[in-house]
Amino acid sequence: MNPESVKSSPLNIKAPATLADLSSSELRARLKRGELVLRSGPIRTAIRCARDDVAATLWSLYGDYPIEVPGGFADFHVHLRGTDLLRRWIKPQIIFEHDGHAPFLSLPQPQAFALLEWGMNWCIANYCHQYLMVHAAVVEKDGFAAILPAPPGSGKSTLCAGLVHRGWRLLSDEITLIDPATCNILGLARPINLKNASIGIMRAYVPGAVFGPVVPDTKKGTVAHLRAPSESVKRVDEPARPRWIVFPKYEAGSAPVLTPMPKHSAFLQLAENAFNYAALGRQGFEVLGEVIDMSDCLSFRYSRLDDAIAIFDDLAARARDSADIAEEADVA
Amino acid sequence: MKIDALLRLMRDTSEATKLTLGDWDQIIRLARIANVLARLAEDLAVAGLLDEVPQAPRDHLVAARVLGRRQRMAGLTEIERVRDALSASELPTVLLKGGAYLAANLPLSRGRMFGDIDLLFRREDLPEAESTLILHGWNSGAVSDYDQRYYRQWMHELPPLTHLKRHSVLDVHHNILPATARHPPDAKLLLEQAQELPDMPGVFVLCPADMVLHSACHLFHEGELGNGLRDLSDLDRLMRHFGKQDGFWATLTERAGLLHLRRPLCYAVRMCTTMLSTPVPHDVVRELRRFGGVRLPFMDAIYQRALRADHPLADDRWTALARWALYVRAHWLRMPPHLLIAHLARKAWFRWTGFPEYPTSEEEVPVQH
Repeated sequence: MNPESVKSSPLNIKAPATLADLSSSELRARLKRGELVLRSGPIRTAIRCARDDVAATLWSLYGDYPIEVPGGFADFHVHLRGTDLLRRWIKPQIIFEHDGHAPFLSLPQPQAFALLEWGMNWCIANYCHQYLMVHAAVVEKDGFAAILPAPPGSGKSTLCAGLVHRGWRLLSDEITLIDPATCNILGLARPINLKNASIGIMRAYVPGAVFGPVVPDTKKGTVAHLRAPSESVKRVDEPARPRWIVFPKYEAGSAPVLTPMPKHSAFLQLAENAFNYAALGRQGFEVLGEVIDMSDCLSFRYSRLDDAIAIFDDLAARARDSADIAEEADVA
Repeated sequence: MKIDALLRLMRDTSEATKLTLGDWDQIIRLARIANVLARLAEDLAVAGLLDEVPQAPRDHLVAARVLGRRQRMAGLTEIERVRDALSASELPTVLLKGGAYLAANLPLSRGRMFGDIDLLFRREDLPEAESTLILHGWNSGAVSDYDQRYYRQWMHELPPLTHLKRHSVLDVHHNILPATARHPPDAKLLLEQAQELPDMPGVFVLCPADMVLHSACHLFHEGELGNGLRDLSDLDRLMRHFGKQDGFWATLTERAGLLHLRRPLCYAVRMCTTMLSTPVPHDVVRELRRFGGVRLPFMDAIYQRALRADHPLADDRWTALARWALYVRAHWLRMPPHLLIAHLARKAWFRWTGFPEYPTSEEEVPVQH
């Protein structure tokens, strides 16, 4: 909320700036009308949903996020609704719609919130070709970003969740947005999607962590969404420079091993993990090349989170030192 | 007529500077549904207005432009592959619609999204064309015997051919209207006037008047409304582009008479001028009016609804009825009543009973335990 608009409001009633500024009844009312416009980084999503459980989960996970005045611009208009009348009574199902079109089959009712999260990711991956999009987590320290591309099961989300609760800033857990004009990475700072054993690990690792509903028996096993750290949400509009590309691999019992990776194979693996590398054509090739050029490319095996975080902190410290040296050299 | 923000902008790109963020919200949604977002982005870029658009909606225009350009490249490559395949059998590659606009590099091909490549052959060349394309990897896949017969006996095209590896789809036509239509045009007339592209030897497109007539016939005779607004915008651009050429309008009305397509052309001209302010000479509009029939005001009202983006934001209370009426009309025009009744009854039966119309592989090979 900028101070001017507060002043210009004749009754001096402050418009709600974040979702937490809404009363829970106002939140439900806006959701019912499709007028909750939630902003995460550059993406504004207008959400319509008449379900109180989803409202409650949004309340607990999205309280820090800015909301926009309805009637303006939203990137996506999504609707989470029950299926037909019959299914309302027998094994109720939920369907996700983007502007009247359902990209997925319906899911059982307990998965409603997870479906909303996946649907919102689908919207970005499917439409935001103004960015180069990589299926990767991305975290930041001192303005430097570490991109963690990896297939499911590699422990990418667990590592990301651990890092952002130990001094790193969350930019994104699923989709890394790269601005082709600057090669900057833009954050989304959405809740982190954890699966199976990771849920218990993070509960123990982050005392007081806030989770959405824990839902067993999804296609991905048991899933739960972990609230993003408030600091990451507040600073979501600060872009970061690519500095490391780390391909993590969780291996039970392994000591932490960081291995430099040839840039050409990092390029190929990153391209393989990009959602729209081919769609961007030549621009995709050039942007990815630049990102690789400015980054150290590493593969990383680990089993204990604390070890992993120590290694990442060490990377950050060395980057800071070399940046200092470069600055001194400039001054000299 | 209800005018939404998208129609306003399609009529006049300079409106872009006067729009609110709320307008842009509607425009992006409507344009995406109507499949004209990339075209809109290219128009704004040509007019130098893309950078004037506020960043949030501009991002969507830029993203659509990325996909449009990608498709343009892929489309041109695929057209060359088709040409190379057909030239081995000394068959000409005559492109229709989207593929033709692209290969001829017409201004309307900028940002025009299309799925299939449409080809036109002489009827007697059809068997050879089909076997040549199959030899080069395009195949009609799993289509039931009924559908094979439906296409081959009654329609003006073969079942779509899909490439086994690249999944590109070819629609192979021997005419632009079904053989069962009341007055199918003579496809020979179209092929006689087809023009070879100087930049792509072996590739032909219909002459300008026939391009307009085919587009009009597709939209106003066959009732293909899935991309209604995009197709109307095609007609608008074709007429704007070719309308400047000497003698174009005279040739257009003359060819419309020869090909029995004066009524679809009449609707095309009326809808383009009303909805998109296409500049058409007054005497042409007046002359064609005679061919609209007594129901013309009624058809105007129907088309003005059905040709808009298929989105609740663009609908009024009559829109659903209008679309349904045109669906029925298209089938009525497509074949004589006895065939139509038999065909629709068969479709309805399979829908109602839930039996799969096409036997699935599991059913063909029962598994015994």
